[in-house]
Amino acid sequence: MKPVLFYVMAAIILLGSALTVSSRMILRAAVYLLFVLVATAGIYFLMDYTFLAASQLTLYAGGIIVLIIFAVMLTSGSGELQPKVGRTKAALAILASVAGTLTCLASYFAYNAFLPRTVPTDSSVRAIGAALVSTGQNGYMLPFEVISVLLLAAMIAAIIIARRDAES
Amino acid sequence: MFPDIPLSHVVIVSTLMFFIGVYGFMTRKNLFAILMSTELILNAVALNFVAFNYYLYPDKMQGLFFALFIIGIAAAEAAVAIAIIVAIYKNFRSVNVEDISQMKQ
Repeated sequence: MKPVLFYVMAAIILLGSALTVSSRMILRAAVYLLFVLVATAGIYFLMDYTFLAASQLTLYAGGIIVLIIFAVMLTSGSGELQPKVGRTKAALAILASVAGTLTCLASYFAYNAFLPRTVPTDSSVRAIGAALVSTGQNGYMLPFEVISVLLLAAMIAAIIIARRDAES
Repeated sequence: MFPDIPLSHVVIVSTLMFFIGVYGFMTRKNLFAILMSTELILNAVALNFVAFNYYLYPDKMQGLFFALFIIGIAAAEAAVAIAIIVAIYKNFRSVNVEDISQMKQ
């Protein structure tokens, strides 16, 4: 059952990514991106990283996609068709992407020393929370605090940038 | 999931997702489409981190935390990017990158 589920998720991811970058309607592209993000969360669930999958669903699928859809509706609306990509440009971009894919996969398969292991794991919410506030060897206290400052800065910056026009 | 699916299959999926995002980044003209391509790229990177963590170092959580922080930074990035796009739309009445050429002489 599980391998089948993984390949279904992989197919949804690849099809959804291709449709996201090729759909000529922005709202549809956003919905295809939503499918990709939900399928990625499904792969995280298959790996038993349930907290990460839940964060992916709430933040990415629930937060960012809704934000993008709201902003698209506020600016260009839903009906506009995007212009077609020029043939030369598309060919060059495909060439660059295929070259990059082949380079990455070739370097992965050339390094043939990966040793997958099965050991008892603990990725429960309790373990994640303890690691987030720990300053020890496998603690993430500093990045946790830094990202809270980053989120505050991003929030203030977003408000100031978006309402600059109203002040002047 | 571990014994049934080799690590290479997950890596192939995330590599393809990454370069499909790169293709979109290079070809799209709409600012929202470019933003969505960036999200695809970030998502592929997070999947890669989690896969390597799960297969090679299941007793540690480095990749898991990297993916968590990537999700948080993607949220901040999307908020700022959308604020910039809305400000651009107020000034130019367009979200197409080719219409925004004020600094070009």
